[in-house]
Amino acid sequence: MNKMETHPLRRSRAFLTVFLKEVRENLRDRRTLISAFLTGPLLTPLLFTMLISFTVNRELDKAEQPLKVPVIGAQYAPNLVGALKAGGVLPQPALANPEQAVRDQQADLVLRISAGYPKAWRKGEPVQVELIYDSSQRDSGTSVDRVTKLVENYSRQQGAMRLVARGLSPALASPVMVAKRDQATAQSRAVLMFNMLPYLFVLTIFIGGMYLAIDLTAGERERQSLEPLFANPVPRWKVFLGKLAAICAFSTASLVICLVAFSVVGRFIPTDKLGMEVHLGPSFALHVLLLQLPLIVLLGALQSLVAAFAKSYREAQTYLSLLMMVPILPSIFLMVMPIKPQHWMYAVPLLGQHLGILDLVRGEGVGAIPLALCLAGTSLAALVAALVTMQLYRSERLAISG
Amino acid sequence: MIEVKDLHKAFGAVKAVDGVSFTARDGEITGLLGPNGAGKTTTLRMLYTLMKPDRGQVLVDGVDAATDALTVRRHQGVLPDARGLYKRLTARENIDYFAHLQGLPDDEVRSRREALIEALDMADIADRRTEGFSQGQRVKTAIARALVHDPRNVILDEPTNGLDVMATRALRQFMLKLKAEGRCVLFSSHIMQEVAALCDRIVVIAHGRVVADETPDALRAQTGEANLEEAFVKLIGTDEGLAA
Repeated sequence: MNKMETHPLRRSRAFLTVFLKEVRENLRDRRTLISAFLTGPLLTPLLFTMLISFTVNRELDKAEQPLKVPVIGAQYAPNLVGALKAGGVLPQPALANPEQAVRDQQADLVLRISAGYPKAWRKGEPVQVELIYDSSQRDSGTSVDRVTKLVENYSRQQGAMRLVARGLSPALASPVMVAKRDQATAQSRAVLMFNMLPYLFVLTIFIGGMYLAIDLTAGERERQSLEPLFANPVPRWKVFLGKLAAICAFSTASLVICLVAFSVVGRFIPTDKLGMEVHLGPSFALHVLLLQLPLIVLLGALQSLVAAFAKSYREAQTYLSLLMMVPILPSIFLMVMPIKPQHWMYAVPLLGQHLGILDLVRGEGVGAIPLALCLAGTSLAALVAALVTMQLYRSERLAISG
Repeated sequence: MIEVKDLHKAFGAVKAVDGVSFTARDGEITGLLGPNGAGKTTTLRMLYTLMKPDRGQVLVDGVDAATDALTVRRHQGVLPDARGLYKRLTARENIDYFAHLQGLPDDEVRSRREALIEALDMADIADRRTEGFSQGQRVKTAIARALVHDPRNVILDEPTNGLDVMATRALRQFMLKLKAEGRCVLFSSHIMQEVAALCDRIVVIAHGRVVADETPDALRAQTGEANLEEAFVKLIGTDEGLAA
């Protein structure tokens, strides 16, 4: 009976015992394994790469390929049509109802030249050509820009010739010129497309730990094994820490698989075609892992907290699906309010990781102060979440299943 | 030895346990008898420190449960109302988990586990995952798990619930063996035959209070009924919730 006191090592093993048991038990659960090690971490890199490749290739195709545009009244302005042809536009036969055709997506855009064009042209009066398109269709944007630019170029060219014919310098007609000097480097352009990358990583962590978080609290209570567990001479906070460590181990493994997958499939992103440079290699992966470590603990503690509140496995599943929406907030926040990142923002969990990962994608690396702020801020939040969950673990209600 | 002094526990307005006192001695089997909802499970939950009493005291081998819950838990082996096993672990692994949580060194884990597997006659199921176990196999595993640290005090909440005749008989033999080893055995039941057949002492609970605390013989004498069933009905004041 008093053997207990003769083994001083006994107490310290409880954490490890709980951790190892939870890991072993969940390694035997096919659903957990598939979601933590297959679908969760692999689906996102694949989808992301496919999506980006698709977008990039489509945009490039459009710029290079001849553009088919129905032209109404082409016979009134043969020179203009000739200029368009030179710019890669293939004029198509006229349509009876261009507005309807555009709305029905039969044509991206239609060019209409009015019958008064030749008369006005000869008088030297401004003439109008109409571009009919639907800007609510993503596809039309590039084509409209292209045709507009061709028409404007033709107009400028003709205007300059008229001035020259009257003995004036064409420069008179354009007192102010805009010269565009884009300061974006190849990498900073990539950031625009990679804006959702931080969210994908958070999602991977979340999914990696989710089934464990549910299983280890709501699930264990539902299966009525929490009451016998708490009859053991182990403080509940140690049991919780063992479980939290198991959740974190799974979500970390999930993230690592995801990062490895990204560094492999990332090679297939045709960033070179856009003149972009993106580094998804080992250095990127290690830095992301470092940034996410405290977040892994924070999310694990939050998931346990939410799951401990739930009365059943299913209820916990519902709550956690809602919680999954929270990490998308920083992405939306930065999208609607594109503000300059301040140091303090790095200390905000999720937001800090978001900014940090974007810095990494941009190829700038994360500064020492932002990095420290990010790790410290999220660690603090993780600590608070863990303490709150520990407190919840002490409640009598937690263990009672019936 | 388990000493219970004037325990109270209320859930909102419901007084689940309303002044329960009794003593369960070493080398004896003490039965906690009462109809469903009498407060047996709540009383036991306070004994194994899952719940804190609103008032009153629990002493296990002289240790106060309110001040040193961990020591109390070391001195007890508990089969709670909730038997939940880990279904993705084998019976052996289930037992080992609790042995490690109790802090037993590895060699002791092995010897205690194997001794219990033999005593409970469960060698044939020991390496099977517990998913799909019968009720009897589950109870055996849960008991082995609860007793792996060789506790002096054994608390069993309705241990024969859902067992067939053979499993019930085997379990009774096992409880008598625990008693013979000098342990303090406390179990709850709503089945009077079981209590009468096993117990050295019977504590009858109704409506959260102790209505009798006697030996079976004294109980018959006290109520003036030769038949124990009549004695219980008389004590409880109603035959509601008592199973024959």
